[in-house]
Amino acid sequence: MNADAVRLRDLARREEAAPRFLGGHALCAGCGIPVVVRTVLNAIETPVVVVNATGCLEVATTRYPGTAWNVPWLHVAFENAAAVASGVETAERVLRRRGRLAGERPTVVVFAGDGGTYDIGLQALSGALERGHRLVYVCYDNEAYMNTGIQRSSATPAGARTTTTPVGPDALGKAQRRKDLTAIVAAHRIPYVAQAAISHVQDLAAKARRAAAADGPAFLNVLSACPLGWGTPTRDSILSVRLAVDSRYWPLFEIVDGRYRLTYEPARAVPVSEWVGGQERFRHLAAHPEMLAALQAEVDDAWRRLRDQVARDDARSA
Amino acid sequence: MASDGARSAAVAGADAPAEGRVAARRLLTGAQAAAEAMRQIDPDVVPVYPITPQTPIIEAFARHLAEGRVHGEMVHVESEHSAMSAAVGSALAGARTMTATASQGLAYMVEVLYLAASLRAPIVVAVGNRALSGPINIHGDHSDAMLARDSGAVQLFAENAQEAYDLMLCAPRLCEHPEVRLPALVGQDGFTISHSAEPVALLEDAEAQAFVGPYREEDALLDVDRPLTHGAFAMPDAYFEIKVEQAKALERAEGVWAETAAAYRRLSGRDVAAVEAYRLEGAGRVLVAMGSAAGTAKDVVDELRARGEDVGLLKIRLFRPFPRARIAALLSGATAVGVLDRALSPGGWPPLYAEVAATLAGQVRVQSFVAGLGGRDVGPEEIHALFAALGGAGGQESVYLGLGRGGWR
Ligand SMILES: Cc1ncc(C[n+]2csc(CCOP(=O)(O)OP(=O)(O)O)c2C)c(N)n1
Ligand code: SF4
Ligand SMILES: [Mg+2]
Repeated sequence: MNADAVRLRDLARREEAAPRFLGGHALCAGCGIPVVVRTVLNAIETPVVVVNATGCLEVATTRYPGTAWNVPWLHVAFENAAAVASGVETAERVLRRRGRLAGERPTVVVFAGDGGTYDIGLQALSGALERGHRLVYVCYDNEAYMNTGIQRSSATPAGARTTTTPVGPDALGKAQRRKDLTAIVAAHRIPYVAQAAISHVQDLAAKARRAAAADGPAFLNVLSACPLGWGTPTRDSILSVRLAVDSRYWPLFEIVDGRYRLTYEPARAVPVSEWVGGQERFRHLAAHPEMLAALQAEVDDAWRRLRDQVARDDARSA
Repeated sequence: MASDGARSAAVAGADAPAEGRVAARRLLTGAQAAAEAMRQIDPDVVPVYPITPQTPIIEAFARHLAEGRVHGEMVHVESEHSAMSAAVGSALAGARTMTATASQGLAYMVEVLYLAASLRAPIVVAVGNRALSGPINIHGDHSDAMLARDSGAVQLFAENAQEAYDLMLCAPRLCEHPEVRLPALVGQDGFTISHSAEPVALLEDAEAQAFVGPYREEDALLDVDRPLTHGAFAMPDAYFEIKVEQAKALERAEGVWAETAAAYRRLSGRDVAAVEAYRLEGAGRVLVAMGSAAGTAKDVVDELRARGEDVGLLKIRLFRPFPRARIAALLSGATAVGVLDRALSPGGWPPLYAEVAATLAGQVRVQSFVAGLGGRDVGPEEIHALFAALGGAGGQESVYLGLGRGGWR
């Protein structure tokens, strides 16, 4: 265990003593998003201010006049959460400098989906990262636009069925590969970037804490789960995501000041077909072993490159 | 237009304050004048993105910052969409926030401007009014402002650089007022005002700051001890009420502007009232205009009055909320009203005309004139042509003044 490992008991205590995100919201049974939100918010020890992009999380937690948020929360639109957060963060700094704000400094946390981050919000995210705002940007990646009824995003993997990439005689789901957003974010050379998953809560919590401590922008790309969009039983959300991690489809790593480090290594990698197999959105691939083979080859290749990068960075710091 | 500058200097001189004191009169462009107001206001956060003809405003403000005359921060965002987004975040966080834009930039902001109004974020936006593309064009008209017409923002239009300064200084007091709390667009016609220098009277810094007062945000997002949810999702059971409440706040801005203008008049001796009645005593045929064209129109009205014609001008500074009752009252004696628009509403009536015609329905005949699109001059010839047509036959269609006079056809 790392020295800065987060104990689950501490997260649970904080949740009980001062819950930041409350129940009674309308997210689906088995949805992975509350796991992301609770873990991140409970791991961060400072006060927080949350900026949320349009998407399932926003819609399901703030139906007027109700709210599931017990921390300051702001939603403006779909594509601009990073820009809104830039304004909040700048205001915080200026007001403090001008003597109009006192008390412990809050962490500005952004929650946005893959659509709001990989696609329509990418420009605003890139701008905020380049400007160096002190933010913890959390992308909850469920691999499609779920709130609007499961349309493809650039995070949707090749072959996945969505309502805009259906399966038929002339189409086998999404034709393109998913975008490697974590690499794009890393290219901004911000202090902290990580990939995490709802199956590895302690890992996610530790990353959230390191993200909040970073002196500048921090980005967490967290694989969530969407039983509705993926076509998985609601009880299997954590299991599905665990298979994504254990198949190395979604490696868990962090990039601290440009250096890559694996934070979890599956003892034995399971075949990608196990991750894909349990999901309705990939069912048609059973008849297309060549697509599964291509996906496996892609995952293997990406894993090799990641391992090489980690080895190079280890050698550099040794 | 040269006549605008001469006129405004003369007007400012004639209006020299009885009790108010004028600290300095400096040769400034409209853009510089707006930046001077921003310097005196010294806002906390200024997200910016360049676009002609607004850019000199943010360039001047950047120099004020670099040279230590202001003490907030600029956020050099990657687009106007993000400028308005950052502005909303900053204003709701509890910081006084200003920005500037024009044309495509304002168009790009519009999605978020609606949200700024709905979230009741009092952001002051200096606008160098410029034609919307396409075709792309960098010169003045009001098509950008009209795209934002229904956003819920306050809209003010300056006649000259002096007003660009005056309106910018008054805008925070209006839009931050607890009864209002809405964004405000402070327009100055691109190039005609933004890039034309004229003598501008400035208040003393301390006076200006005392007039504007401190920024207050009762429901600041950064108040972590009082967590509030801003920007909730409103279903059909709530949306309607929220929108009507927001619209009423904009309507209240008319009264608050009257108070603001009265206070400003006491301080500066200058009038920034919602509308300006120019030689309306005994006027039968009246032109209604906004922006720099009103300066030219004043010269023409003077000329025609000298010839014994019963003409007058009603200049509109406050376009949103539209001062309906005041306009109807001031035009109660008019026999014909001509409205000059610098924007189109293709397939419908031009925006200012539609507004005035609805205000005066059944009271007097209102005719539509369009001029100055894409920076085409609105000179004395156009205004003369307007008055010549006003009250005559026709009037079922907009008359395009200066069309075909660009040297190209
Ligand atoms: C400018 C704009 N375009 C489109 C939409 C419609 N829209 C709302 S949420 C959404 C998808 C969100 O997807 P994602 O960010 O992945 O979040 P999720 O729904 O999966 O939680 C879309 C397309 C919008 N609100 N605004
Ligand atoms: S549709 Fe998917 S992402 Fe959205 S609330 Fe339901 S399970 Fe969660
Ligand atoms: Mg999604």
